[in-house]
Amino acid sequence: MNALLVSAILGVLLMLSSVFIKNRSYIHALALAGLATLFALNLAELNGWLLFEIDVKGMLRFDRYALVMNAIMLASLFFYLLLSGNAMEKVGPHYADYLALLFFICAGLFMVTGYASLLILFLGIEVISIPLYILTGSDKRNLKSNEAALKYFLLGSFSTGLLLLGIAFFYGARGNFTATVSVDPTVVGSSLQLAGLLLLLFAMSFKVSVAPFHFWTPDVYDGAPTVFTSFMATIVKVALFAAFVRLFEDTFSLQFSIWQPWVAGFVVITLLIGNLTAVFQQSVKRMLAYSSIAQAGFMLLAVYAINGDSKEGLLLYAASYSLATIGIFAVLTYMQDYAFEGFNGLAKKQPLVAASLAIFFLSLAGIPLTGGFLAKLFMIKAALAYQLWLAIVAVIMAVISVFYYFRVIQAMYFRDNTQSISPEFPKAFSILLLITALIVVLLGILPEAILGLLYF
Amino acid sequence: MVVLLLLLIPLIGACFLFLYKGDHRFVAAAALRLSIVSLLVMGASLFYWNTPEMLSFTAPWLTTLGSSLSLRMDGLGTILSLLTTTAYFILFWYLKGRTIERPAAFFAWLLLAQVGMLGVFLAMDSLLFYFFWELALIPMYFLASQWGGARRIPVTFKFFIYTFLGSVFMLIGILYLQSKTADHSFAIESIRRIRLTNEQQSWLFWLFFIAFAIKLPVFPFHTWQPDTYEESPTPVTSILSAVMVKMGILGLLRWLLPLFPIASYMWGDVVMSLAVAGIVYASFLAMQQVDLKRLIAYSSIAHIGLIAAGAFALNQMAYQGLLIQLFTHGINILGMWVLADIIERKTGTRSLDSLGGIAQHSPTLTIFFVIIALANIALPLTNAFVGEFLLFNGILATPSNYYWVFAVVGGLGIIFAAVYTLRMIRAIFYGQPSATSPAPISLATHEVGALVVIVGLILFFGIYPQPLIDMTAAFSKELFDQTDITSLFRKS
Repeated sequence: MNALLVSAILGVLLMLSSVFIKNRSYIHALALAGLATLFALNLAELNGWLLFEIDVKGMLRFDRYALVMNAIMLASLFFYLLLSGNAMEKVGPHYADYLALLFFICAGLFMVTGYASLLILFLGIEVISIPLYILTGSDKRNLKSNEAALKYFLLGSFSTGLLLLGIAFFYGARGNFTATVSVDPTVVGSSLQLAGLLLLLFAMSFKVSVAPFHFWTPDVYDGAPTVFTSFMATIVKVALFAAFVRLFEDTFSLQFSIWQPWVAGFVVITLLIGNLTAVFQQSVKRMLAYSSIAQAGFMLLAVYAINGDSKEGLLLYAASYSLATIGIFAVLTYMQDYAFEGFNGLAKKQPLVAASLAIFFLSLAGIPLTGGFLAKLFMIKAALAYQLWLAIVAVIMAVISVFYYFRVIQAMYFRDNTQSISPEFPKAFSILLLITALIVVLLGILPEAILGLLYF
Repeated sequence: MVVLLLLLIPLIGACFLFLYKGDHRFVAAAALRLSIVSLLVMGASLFYWNTPEMLSFTAPWLTTLGSSLSLRMDGLGTILSLLTTTAYFILFWYLKGRTIERPAAFFAWLLLAQVGMLGVFLAMDSLLFYFFWELALIPMYFLASQWGGARRIPVTFKFFIYTFLGSVFMLIGILYLQSKTADHSFAIESIRRIRLTNEQQSWLFWLFFIAFAIKLPVFPFHTWQPDTYEESPTPVTSILSAVMVKMGILGLLRWLLPLFPIASYMWGDVVMSLAVAGIVYASFLAMQQVDLKRLIAYSSIAHIGLIAAGAFALNQMAYQGLLIQLFTHGINILGMWVLADIIERKTGTRSLDSLGGIAQHSPTLTIFFVIIALANIALPLTNAFVGEFLLFNGILATPSNYYWVFAVVGGLGIIFAAVYTLRMIRAIFYGQPSATSPAPISLATHEVGALVVIVGLILFFGIYPQPLIDMTAAFSKELFDQTDITSLFRKS
């Protein structure tokens, strides 16, 4: 609750700040300070300290899980701003506006992690989506960016329509929007229920870019300015997954025999399409777009399996996946183009950056001693409680993911630079990247650092 | 505590070398000293054999998952840690005078691989075992890909993918076992207490076996091996084939046979058939090779085939032979790779066609080579003889209707081994001196030192194998009690 309100206020503040503050580094500092405040307020709420006492009529529910998720997102966002502030300046002249939009999105993120009523879920998703359409098209003179924004807007509105229709059906069957009470499949009109359930499933799958609803993802991620792709593919996706898990674990848990086979099918299709297509990409940015689809397939296992492992796993997944992907995208903004060859011989010129990137890719591939491994371990463990074959499909896909993640590692460490130009990184950036990488490793060695927050 | 030291010494060494970019002399000397310290610690652990608290270490780690940092040195761990520390000492002594590009990183990766392998040998928690299993793989991948030959990138990637694929199946097996334990723990003691049905054992067997079969490698999972051995720099190949292969055998002996004894019996015929088929197949290929490294690589597949067959003979004699072979095969094959490296560096080629007549002007090298090569085919009075003899005796006592087939085909492997080994010796050392080696090949002190240690071990344990037999007696008994089919059937 604290963070939700303050982030909206901070968004307004930042929007106005461009009028009064001309120096961009001050605006950047203001945003970072704002984020730190949000993080502190969120932690305070985790310890039971509330800034405002507002009666939300049971429409919002900030329990430990939501607050820990928020903390993870805020920490990721902090690293994101530190690593990508520079690249954001290059997108266009409206630096303060981008940051303001990010804070508005933040408010939406807190709504979707803490909703207790389907109306709030809808509002939250809209609050996230509309600024994202703007950010996608923020590189105004770039046709690809414009196209991506339009595509995203059209398909996004369509899926929002599905979501709204699903909620309407749900209301028709139940007479209220409460998401915290499980739907009893035996009592109320089942055809409306079923239609609502499936529409919500499809709409959420669309939002988190799960196949077969993923078609917008590669184009939008590829077309959007790289800084904002990074944000969309990580923090936003993770928050939507948290909402997705909540929706099916709380609201539809008694109907899981209906939706579980659907979700299992989506997991398989998503893993297949994401991984197999990523292998053949020639651009690192597009490869990462498909990889984010593949990773969504893994996160979808958290929706599939209703147990403690899947929820804890999603937290770990959120942290390790977001940090690793943010780090990779941040490096990508410094590259000349997005070809794999651009990474050739990076290890000799920039050992720190190369080592950090290697850790990020190893984590995404799920190699032990990184956070990504433990996250995948939790997911597979959760799925194994239901279906053995699903776990086997998942690990085989994890092996396939090595094919494209290791292409970058091979380029950096085993190939020589044939081009004369090599990217230059500021010293502070390299060190910050290394710290991010060390956190990813730490998550793989001491996951209790995050999971402990859930219980103590 | 000793076991923790065994892991910490190379780990700290590796971190230090990664950060410190010294010249070759300094780095090689530091690495050699570290390996001597490791060897001394290992010696201390032999001394402490009857104080178990010195040989085990437990600390809480990943407790929410049900795992723990649990290390213990049992009989199997002793043999394999002894092999690892000895092999590293010999290799580092040999490498002291060999020039290597970017030596600090090279030695650091090697030390990191040592941590991984020792961890695999000592871990008593299945998740920890899996961690170390992968930790050993990554350094090897980087070593082979950065310092290897021309085709290194695709070849080592194939190696990585194969091993990783195998290990993820094992991970599913581990997670499944953990979910079945009473206290939701990854510890081997808890896993041993699970009562698995025959059907569960059967498919869990394959999940684990594929991982180990790829690592060994057992035919038909071997296709990564000759390429990787050829393309890796020879010091890395020597570690791969002398020490890392033992990870697969350890897997069989600690994580497969005792956990799924009935499935091991059920699938024993299949696995032994694969193993002996691999012996014949690899031996025939070894006879055809002209590349020295590929020849040794295929001969290694044949040897490993015999060891794998011995593991599924499921009797105490075979286990004991197998345990002895773990050590002796490691030392002998290390000797072969060191010699191959010396020959390649000093003559500039490893093609048998362009080598020849070295015996005429370099008798020392010839004597070393012949002794080590003959030990590699387990001639009496070399160290490998005892182990191989026990292995064969054990295979003849396999609880299977086809025991004689396995013994006969395995025995053919020994004859084939003599054929390709003698062919190799003839091609390299006899005949007319070739253009590649007109002058005598002189050996530096560190090279002679390393080879003398190897030959010394070969002759010592060849003439007086009792220490090895004593060391392995208790563990082979224990292993047999856990996998004794007749008593298991009587119980159920």
